[in-house]
Amino acid sequence: MESEPQHAPHEGSAPGPTHIEARGLFYTRGGRAIFRGLSCSFPRGRISVVAAASGGGKTTLLRMIACLIRPDRGEILVDGASELTGMSDADVRAFRRRVGMLFQFGALLDTMTLYENVALPLREHSRLSEEEIQREVRRVFDAVGLEDVDELLPGELSGGMVKRAGLARALIERPDILLCDEPFSGLDPPTVRRVEDLLLRVNERVGATMIITSHHTQSTLRLADHLVMLLDGEAVEGRPLELVRGSDARVVEFFREPERSEGDERARGRVAGEPRVTPR
Amino acid sequence: MTPFGAVSALGGWTVGAVRDLGRFSVFSASVADAGRRPPLRLRRLVAEVYDTGVLSLLIVCVSGFAVGMVLGLQGHNTLARFGADQQLGAVVGLALIRELGPVLTSLLVAGRAGSAMAAEIATMVVTEQLDGLRMMSVDPLDFVVAPKAFAMILSMPLLSTLFVLFGILGGYVIGVVVLGGDGGAYMSTLEDAVEFSEDVLGGLIKGGVFGVLVGLIATYRGFTATPTSAGVSSAATSTVVIASVSTLIVDYFITALWGT
Amino acid sequence: MREEPRRDFWVGSFVLLGLVGIAYLSFSIGGVSYRGPGGLQLVASFDEVGSLKNRAKVVIGGVKIGQVKAIQLGDNFRPRVVLDIDGRLALPSDTSASILTAGVLGDQYIALEPGGDSEVLKGGDSIQFTQSAVILERLIGKLVKNLGSGDSKKSGDSK
Repeated sequence: MESEPQHAPHEGSAPGPTHIEARGLFYTRGGRAIFRGLSCSFPRGRISVVAAASGGGKTTLLRMIACLIRPDRGEILVDGASELTGMSDADVRAFRRRVGMLFQFGALLDTMTLYENVALPLREHSRLSEEEIQREVRRVFDAVGLEDVDELLPGELSGGMVKRAGLARALIERPDILLCDEPFSGLDPPTVRRVEDLLLRVNERVGATMIITSHHTQSTLRLADHLVMLLDGEAVEGRPLELVRGSDARVVEFFREPERSEGDERARGRVAGEPRVTPR
Repeated sequence: MTPFGAVSALGGWTVGAVRDLGRFSVFSASVADAGRRPPLRLRRLVAEVYDTGVLSLLIVCVSGFAVGMVLGLQGHNTLARFGADQQLGAVVGLALIRELGPVLTSLLVAGRAGSAMAAEIATMVVTEQLDGLRMMSVDPLDFVVAPKAFAMILSMPLLSTLFVLFGILGGYVIGVVVLGGDGGAYMSTLEDAVEFSEDVLGGLIKGGVFGVLVGLIATYRGFTATPTSAGVSSAATSTVVIASVSTLIVDYFITALWGT
Repeated sequence: MREEPRRDFWVGSFVLLGLVGIAYLSFSIGGVSYRGPGGLQLVASFDEVGSLKNRAKVVIGGVKIGQVKAIQLGDNFRPRVVLDIDGRLALPSDTSASILTAGVLGDQYIALEPGGDSEVLKGGDSIQFTQSAVILERLIGKLVKNLGSGDSKKSGDSK
């Protein structure tokens, strides 16, 4: 087994060259302006976390990078050159071959076994033989820590296993961009920990540019080399510790430990053995 | 609402309907194109034919038999008044082969398999499975939609034929076994009256056309569903309504054209 | 997709059943096989063809041996019917053709009665002896006229 990666909040390695850049994105849906001239960049080979309050546009941004939606205005550049937003269908298809995406609920095909799901990209795009495909599937299952799951259907998996399986599928074609939509949602704390470690390990081994959306402040701080915070339709970005302790009050507020609330008081009382007090 | 408001609402609705029709046509063309191109995905086609055809067998055959029985009963009562009850076989057979077989089968299948198909695709939209496919550079139209649509096109004429055969049997059971008509006359008048190119071929063509209609409508409604649970149920119900009404309207046109 | 031999079996059976059903409807009930090997074409002229239609049956002694291929107007405005008959039959050249009605209100068809001649009809030959269709309205008209004249005879008028 691997050695445990750092548990302390990530200092963040120096930001590398920009791999993906968003410039001046505008996007309105249902009368609500989601992006109002949003610009940000994602360094190559690093883990970037896109954080926002719920509904802030994290998933929308990720889907735009994945070319699943187009912005009303603005552009997204890859390696400073090819403009994602204006690409033809054939170019989009070529781009996606380099991208692996982990969806929030796995998005595995629920009528197919896990093996079939993970093998699908290879079956569709490559001319590998059955044995070679088996080897590749074994490789990614090992990388994500799944064993004996070949014949299971997605409906039979726990939340953590679904994320791992989705990640395995995203990794099987050795992408250089990995997009993860809310990888920690719906997981219990120990599993969140495991998924965090997994993502760190993947980044170390595979070296892909990873863009993760999350509103889990803890995980964000633990994983991010680069933090992009979506606020009021625009982005504030930088190294996580700088932003969190920095001058923008909105970011500081988002990452602050919550005040003691009345709920905490009552919970403390219950733990100490006091009878429940009914408010008068 | 003022008259002006009503008229402009009608105009807006019409524009929307035409736009929707346009989108539907583009969708259908894409599905046809996707189906034509290799890989042909025969494994998936077989699986879909199972869901659409085999699982509809029970409802189609039972309904066919029941309709045949009713035709036998009603037919006998009416024909007996003119002393023509020998012709029961012809009456039952012609009604089933030309009209009731294809049309009723289409309505039943739209309700059972069509709504299921739409709901299944809509659920795949909600759970991002189709987006997952897109991210793997697999075209959802090719992988998911085309096999389903083609399965419907293939299954419909086959199911319609079985509906007709069970209906003829139902008519026989009532007209001959229960009401004591002449079994030989039933079959021979049936054979005499039914003509391959007039009746059987027309019925099969209707079956094929209805298969295309129901298949494309079901997959379209599923594919364009809003990604919510309300969206899924709306996809299913709108499929049944639109497919049923379209079947009846198109039936008129085919009947009119085929007769000439 | 999971390999599922059972499902494949049911699909195969379904398709087979459907195709057999279509075949049964087409051939047995719809009579599509009526293409006797090497169709023999004969022509018959009538004064009146009544409600005879294309593809009406041609029978000998009640057995279907062909169908009407075309109905045209020939010389002298006389209707001319082209028959398509099982080529394996050797019909004597004095065979006759009549237009009969199935039942009282039924469809009309052609019945052939083979003669005794040693010579045989060949493709394109005409049938010499024909009996035109009986038109129900004319028959009734004649009946009414006969009844009418019968009455007037009783009342002593000479005709």
